[in-house]
Amino acid sequence: MSTAAGMERLQFTFRGGRRVGAFAPVLVGVVGSGNLEVLVEPGETASCTVDIETSARGFGQIWEAVLRDFHERHPLAGVRLSINDMGATPAVVGLRLDQAVSSLEQPRP
Amino acid sequence: MNPSYAECSARERIARLFDPGSFHEWLPPEQRATSPHLAQLGVPCAFDDGVAVGRALLDERNVFVAAQEGEFMGGGVGEVHGAKLTGLLRRAVRDRPSAVVLLAESGGVRLHEANAGLIGVSEVMRAVLDARAAGIPVLVLIGGANGCFGGMGIVARCADTVVMSDIGRLGMSGPEVIEASYGVEEFDARDRALVWRTTGGKHRFLSGDCDVLVEDDVAAFRMAAIECLDRRCPLSLEVLEAEHVLLGERLHAAPAGADAVAFWHQLGIVRAEQVSDLDAAGLRELRASTALSR
Repeated sequence: MSTAAGMERLQFTFRGGRRVGAFAPVLVGVVGSGNLEVLVEPGETASCTVDIETSARGFGQIWEAVLRDFHERHPLAGVRLSINDMGATPAVVGLRLDQAVSSLEQPRP
Repeated sequence: MNPSYAECSARERIARLFDPGSFHEWLPPEQRATSPHLAQLGVPCAFDDGVAVGRALLDERNVFVAAQEGEFMGGGVGEVHGAKLTGLLRRAVRDRPSAVVLLAESGGVRLHEANAGLIGVSEVMRAVLDARAAGIPVLVLIGGANGCFGGMGIVARCADTVVMSDIGRLGMSGPEVIEASYGVEEFDARDRALVWRTTGGKHRFLSGDCDVLVEDDVAAFRMAAIECLDRRCPLSLEVLEAEHVLLGERLHAAPAGADAVAFWHQLGIVRAEQVSDLDAAGLRELRASTALSR
């Protein structure tokens, strides 16, 4: 187990999705114990980028797997996801990502 | 059934408490006004630093709004978080909304940010009093699981109106802090009944620290906020001195080692033992029917 203090920063880029139309930024989730927040903003047209800051170091491979699954479920492009994580489990991360997408699809009141 | 206020996040409370779709946020998450301190300590930050501020409509009236997120750092006030609250209150003095509504949920100063957080909270207190002096009513709603403690407890008592649910808590030092400082014989922080008797909404309502007691229901908080929008309390040295005299008398009259129930008896409440079993409506009736020796 790593004893290094500090956050781990990860970045992933997925290509080949369908482009999302114009939308206002959306925030779902809360940075609490075992939880995370996901901010969805318009991004580069051809890709879906994900920036992660997490307090749980050393889980890069698991993040990659969870995000690849997500991108297979929702092949988006033109989207930038930014995540602040406080040790959420992969299942919680997956649910939050799905929640973020469903929030995008609902027209803003 | 209406949604529980306690179970909602800060942003859900804003969405449900104010007129639908009327919230316009200042410094929204995408602007990333985050804490400069947390990353240095290896602690995750939040894009809104744990508080959403902006304007909204409440029963079609323009109000300024802040909602603290208790799940993030226990709602602790850091430098940016405090500056957002202070900025909102100062802007209220300039733009003159009908009121400022603070959805407070906080353990007080965010300890990670030490002096910056302390200064932040003191600036919020000053800004609340400045807003009131300018004639803008300030309402504080307390019903989150983290309660409203420390510096934010003081901020709440600087406001014109405090609305609480029975599961909301208001105080200075939290239960664990009291136990750590004075010992378990003085205060057992694991005794939940004791904790709520001493800091919970019912107790604060009977003691007069809370003006309106409601059920844990977002719609009930909304109704109470609408009813209190124009409620202003005098802000003067005379009022402050009278409050000090009242508190001094209460302290003097309290029996040694008194529990909250003894305090309620002292206030003149005849069925003090039954207070814990009453709902908000029952408590309101009890307070109205008792000539409280406030």
